[in-house]
Amino acid sequence: MEFSILTLIYLIGSVTFIIGLKMLSNPASARKGNWLAAAGMTLAIFGTIFLYRDDESGEKLHNYGWIFGGLLIGAVVGMLAAKKVKMTAMPEMVSLFNGMGGACAALISLIEFNHYAHEGFKNSITEAYEAGEQIDNAVLELGVQTGVLITIFAGLIIGSVSFAGSMIAWGKLNGKIKDYAFKGQHIVNQIMLAAILGLSVFVIYKIKMAVGSTDDAPDLPLDTAYITALFYTVLGLSLVYGIMFVMPIGGADMPVVISLLNSFTGVAAACGGFLYDNKVMLTGGILVGAAGTLLTILMCKAMNRSLLNVLIGSFGGGNTGGGGGGSKEQGAYKEISLSDTAVIMTYAHKVMIVPGYGLAVAQAQHACHELEKLLESKGVEVKYAIHPVAGRMPGHMNVLLAEADVSYEKLQEMEQANEEFPTTDVVLVLGANDVVNPAAKTDPASPIYGMPILDVELAKNVIVNKRSMKPGYAGIENDLFFQPKTSMLFGDAKKVLQDLIAEIKNL
Amino acid sequence: MEAALKWLSDNQQIIYIVILMIFVGIEVIGRVPSVLHTPLMSGANAIHGVVIIGAIIVMGKAEGDNYPALILGFLAVVLGTLNVVGGFVVTDRMLEMFKSKKK
Repeated sequence: MEFSILTLIYLIGSVTFIIGLKMLSNPASARKGNWLAAAGMTLAIFGTIFLYRDDESGEKLHNYGWIFGGLLIGAVVGMLAAKKVKMTAMPEMVSLFNGMGGACAALISLIEFNHYAHEGFKNSITEAYEAGEQIDNAVLELGVQTGVLITIFAGLIIGSVSFAGSMIAWGKLNGKIKDYAFKGQHIVNQIMLAAILGLSVFVIYKIKMAVGSTDDAPDLPLDTAYITALFYTVLGLSLVYGIMFVMPIGGADMPVVISLLNSFTGVAAACGGFLYDNKVMLTGGILVGAAGTLLTILMCKAMNRSLLNVLIGSFGGGNTGGGGGGSKEQGAYKEISLSDTAVIMTYAHKVMIVPGYGLAVAQAQHACHELEKLLESKGVEVKYAIHPVAGRMPGHMNVLLAEADVSYEKLQEMEQANEEFPTTDVVLVLGANDVVNPAAKTDPASPIYGMPILDVELAKNVIVNKRSMKPGYAGIENDLFFQPKTSMLFGDAKKVLQDLIAEIKNL
Repeated sequence: MEAALKWLSDNQQIIYIVILMIFVGIEVIGRVPSVLHTPLMSGANAIHGVVIIGAIIVMGKAEGDNYPALILGFLAVVLGTLNVVGGFVVTDRMLEMFKSKKK
């Protein structure tokens, strides 16, 4: 009875995940959807703790102290981390949590493997036999099923790749880890992947040979220590592979990578579902695996690139592609003073603001909104041009500007914005770089060639606020800064905006 | 061949679930506006935290004196919970910003 209640709980959990995800893809219901999925998750977790019974032995779970201790620590730390993190660091946080999930899946595989190794890779099944009128219990020893072994390995490999990759993505997003690539890295990666798969197949084959399921096949002796050592080699290689996989991919492509690793972790969770024949893990995992993969592709589409191109193209692998575009003679750029900027903007008819990561770093969204209101009060039409991948994640800018109460109607998507630039007097670029780089259209050698950009050079004046002349995240120079129309306004976005507001008020 | 067919019929329930879930996953987020890509990714991230259930099962089945398994399982539970709780809370914080917009 209890166990069938658990089945019902899992069913409810699975449905909340699906509906929650559905609601998350609509702005009006997104928040409720998130809580619905969270409620389903809570139900499934506590249902498992109290109602789970082992299939064969019918035993309940024990070690409650350990379980609740772990839940408590995880919940408190997770809550604090999620509450305290700054809006700008959100993407890193998602990557970090994703890595935790991957590590969790890998650990489950690790424990299960050790458990099976301990039992000599045999399942003892107690089966009830009807012998005449009596019911006898016979203990059968069966070799572990191939499916179980495959699932353990899949969970281990995918989980640890996802964990290691997410940690690197996290480090890259907060600037602790620099891009690193060497010649022939893709070949090394592929060899490594082949080695991981080859070793796994070998280990599974070895185990099956030793505890073959068919009775007539002679059981070969099995060196458990050797097999376990190979298992740990697979674990180690998978971790290294995860690192090498993300290492050469440039910071600008991290959102895509995180989304991809997110779907990896989903598949790793689904492996756990196979292992325990647990439907809620299976549905949740596969759901995220599929949705995550589609989301990854959608993100790539927003940048007009294919997934393969992102993974192999090694954006910002600096030495070749990036250098080629940037090593041309650059000419001089001109700076503009704050008071000049104030004058130009106040007497403009239409101003478009192009926000980028710099705005997020400086937390300048409120100052930006203030500038917008001030200019509007002086009769200037102000709009925002949002590139789909501005910032570190799609939608990053929308979230930030929404935080500052900028109204939806003011946010122009790329296509609309590009239609408006020719009639715009001043474009103010706030900490954006690659999304306004004309090289994406003109220079086939550029690593961002083909990415749709905001055609800010169509406007009469372009004012670019940056902290320095350093290239953007893709690691390439931007010709826009050297065009005669463009003026540079150096400084931290928030400080510059505040000073600019003061200047305009003084006019 | 025979083994493959047997495997197929033994696991048909799971195979049906996998195939249907793939389509549901694709269908459900097919029309998401790009504004919501980040929160959606974060929400999906929290949902795959369902792996915590596996961790709980592993933990609960471990022998009380098998310390390596207990410690690894404990770690798995902590990490899984981090994924779930952190994931949902971060997603909510992102979505909070949208709410003030909706009049």
